[in-house]
Amino acid sequence: MLLGGIAAGMILFIVSVGLSVTMGLMGFVNLAHGGFAMLGGYAIVLAMKHWGLGFVTALAFGFLATAAASVVLERLLYARLYRATELDQVLFTIGLVFIMIASLTLRFGPENQPLTLPRALQGQIDLGFVQYRTYSLVLIVTGIAIVVALWLGFERTRLGAQIRAAVDNRRMAESLGINIARLFTITFALGSGMAALGGGLGAEFLGLDPQYALKYLVYFLIVVAVGGLGRVTGVFFAALLIGVLDFVLKKYLPQGGPMFIYAVTIVLLLWRPQGLFGGKAA
Amino acid sequence: MSEYRGGAQARTALARRHRVRAWEPLPWIVALGFFFAFPKHLGFGTEVLVTILFALSLDLVLGYAGIVTLGHAAFFGVGAYTVGMLAKHGLWNEPLTSLALAGIVGAAVGLGSGLVLLRTRGLTLLMLTLCTMALLEEAGNLAHTWTGGFDGLDSLPIAPLLGRFEFSPLYPTTQYLYVLVVLFLCFVFVRTLVYSPFGQSLTGIRENILRMPAVGAPVPRRLAVCYTLSAGIAGIAGGIWAQANAYVNLGTLGLDRAATVLIMLALGGRGRLYGAFVGAIAYMVLSHFLSKIYPTAWQLGLGLLLVVIALFAHNGILGLGETVWRRLRVSRPLNMGAPQHRTPNPPL
Amino acid sequence: MTAPLLETRALTRNFGALLATREVDFRLDAGARHALIGPNGAGKTTLVNLLAGVISPTRGQVLLKGRDITGVGQAERVKLGIARTFQINRLFRGLSVLENVYIAVAERMGVAPSMFRPAGRRTDVVNESMHLLDTLRLTADAGRRVSELPYGRQRLVELAIALALSPEVLLLDEPAAGVPSAESHIILDAIDRLPPEIAVLIIDHDMDLVFRFAQRITVMVSGAVFASGTPREIGADPEVRAVYLGQTARG
Repeated sequence: MLLGGIAAGMILFIVSVGLSVTMGLMGFVNLAHGGFAMLGGYAIVLAMKHWGLGFVTALAFGFLATAAASVVLERLLYARLYRATELDQVLFTIGLVFIMIASLTLRFGPENQPLTLPRALQGQIDLGFVQYRTYSLVLIVTGIAIVVALWLGFERTRLGAQIRAAVDNRRMAESLGINIARLFTITFALGSGMAALGGGLGAEFLGLDPQYALKYLVYFLIVVAVGGLGRVTGVFFAALLIGVLDFVLKKYLPQGGPMFIYAVTIVLLLWRPQGLFGGKAA
Repeated sequence: MSEYRGGAQARTALARRHRVRAWEPLPWIVALGFFFAFPKHLGFGTEVLVTILFALSLDLVLGYAGIVTLGHAAFFGVGAYTVGMLAKHGLWNEPLTSLALAGIVGAAVGLGSGLVLLRTRGLTLLMLTLCTMALLEEAGNLAHTWTGGFDGLDSLPIAPLLGRFEFSPLYPTTQYLYVLVVLFLCFVFVRTLVYSPFGQSLTGIRENILRMPAVGAPVPRRLAVCYTLSAGIAGIAGGIWAQANAYVNLGTLGLDRAATVLIMLALGGRGRLYGAFVGAIAYMVLSHFLSKIYPTAWQLGLGLLLVVIALFAHNGILGLGETVWRRLRVSRPLNMGAPQHRTPNPPL
Repeated sequence: MTAPLLETRALTRNFGALLATREVDFRLDAGARHALIGPNGAGKTTLVNLLAGVISPTRGQVLLKGRDITGVGQAERVKLGIARTFQINRLFRGLSVLENVYIAVAERMGVAPSMFRPAGRRTDVVNESMHLLDTLRLTADAGRRVSELPYGRQRLVELAIALALSPEVLLLDEPAAGVPSAESHIILDAIDRLPPEIAVLIIDHDMDLVFRFAQRITVMVSGAVFASGTPREIGADPEVRAVYLGQTARG
């Protein structure tokens, strides 16, 4: 039962981690992140439907297509606003979300785009003592694989070290000769690509319609704020926490569930404004 | 420019900036003209006036003190529900006193949340304002015996204004004039405030919040005061909205309303007093005509407009107007107090 | 000997494993002209931040006229007479020079919370602001937006804001930093003309400025006080020469 919550948490993690890293790195309030997840989800679902791509191939396609689109947007538009006020960033990204929503509605209509899972992922799996949905298990395994991969990437690769340095102290990183602009672009592309994966993987759970970009935005933001900016593991645990909490509350406290989540978020943010796992020492 | 003239001009500019400009009665004349010219559109006119009032309250925190909030509808909604619940449950329905109560409750919620939330900055503050509003919305949904839950409260029995003027839903003449008077009073208050030393110190907080403690300013306290006053005005806006429409619903404290008012203010020009007027009117007229016929195209256009504002016109329509005006004039006076788009000071 | 105006006792501050300030015993006398020098990363700015109350020490005390003010916040310390400038300008960039100073003067005179009289009608605040701009020779720029001024004059506004607080203690963190040499005389002149009753602590890398200005010099190295004395003593100290002054030293 709890597994459903953990699986939802994995989706939250996969979408939000890119947001956390880009916000931490660039200090950019990117409210359009959910929009990239939505675009990716559309690309994945439609590629399967119209081009007959397999699920995994379609995920890869969605990742690459969204990452590529985000690079274009980042270089052309986002980059102009890195030093702008928070309000301008908020307005710009809200505007971007509106454009995405309206474009998808015009092209594909306002209805939900159903994701058809490959047969192997449908149905239940028997673990001996209990039965689970296969897809939930797949999501959990995927999520764990991604967090391990990201963690290794962060800790062990040159790019990861550069990102960590730049999150902690951008000026220092710059003076060490790290090309910040290039780092931003790469990180932004990776983050958007991850969001696209999350959009595709989660389409079965969360649905996929043009309102997706706004509907779940608050959840993504909560995960990032609680997890801390630029913290892969922080976001992972925050996403699990919120995912499980949401799932359990929906079951046992269907009325007050969201209220409880907001209250928990407020308390956590007041207690640790840098996020539960944020702060320089983490 | 001689030393003496530069100094004298600066002194005069500061001493005169609060004076009423020749064009300032114009918006009010237009508003009265609308009353006589478009008797069939007074419902829409009332809605616009309420929205201006709400945007004006946001301008105080956002345009002057520089606090970016995504949760300002919380106070609007609290004010609306104060009026709505008092009237619906037969407790109190005299318009003026319940409106005052709406303002007081809004201010109280603003003070309580402001004291706690305004210690944070940036994304954290954005999230806290957003979550506080969402929390209130959920609470309103849960307490449906009192609030009517998702459906809200309708057919509020609002007593006649001053015991004489009925609020008629079909001919909202009373509503229109009533809202216009309240808007005017609130505007005079806000205008006085922003030109006072207090308002000057708010612009200091906006321009460089890190410097303010170094000049001895108690920043959290001053922000809390500003937030409280702004929340009070937002509460009045919400309360009067409930009175004018004779209903409240959860939409009054939703993210939609909070985001829309932010967009309006940015569109009109923040930190400029009249930005709220220009932005609310421009937005509402456009959406009135476009959103019903081509809702998707309206959203697309709005999105493009926001992107353009963020990238090229940080100070909105009024900012653009000022730029044009300055180019036309040879000697340009400094526009005191209005925010400039700026690159923030580098960290430490 | 009377109690010093501002004093620290075993002041220590660490950031994680980094000891930014270690066991600093420092004193600033009334009306002093005191310079704080040391290599980059020696902890000079951290010390100024500790004195101004921007950060609190891990251990140790800060005393003003013998009173322990370690727990007093930044804004309250300003009211007690400690003002500072910043190494990198922290100005109200979108406002006029006059408004920049007005904000500080209004704060000191307790006018800032007043909500109903127009700011421009407070002639007491305006007059005092204009007078201050006059002494710093900024009158001609009073109406200009700060962001439009050349950098040297912006540094002067930085100083004007601090002076508007009528401090007894003035902490200047590299007042001439970033100013092109053609303009730097503006800052140096202004510093020379500071009222003698203000105790001034200045951080600077410009040894000409330091040795011309200071009656006393404290040298910091890796967070600790390395040496302290008159310019002559410091200039003659071979160890100081070795760690810091190098070839540029004079004495």
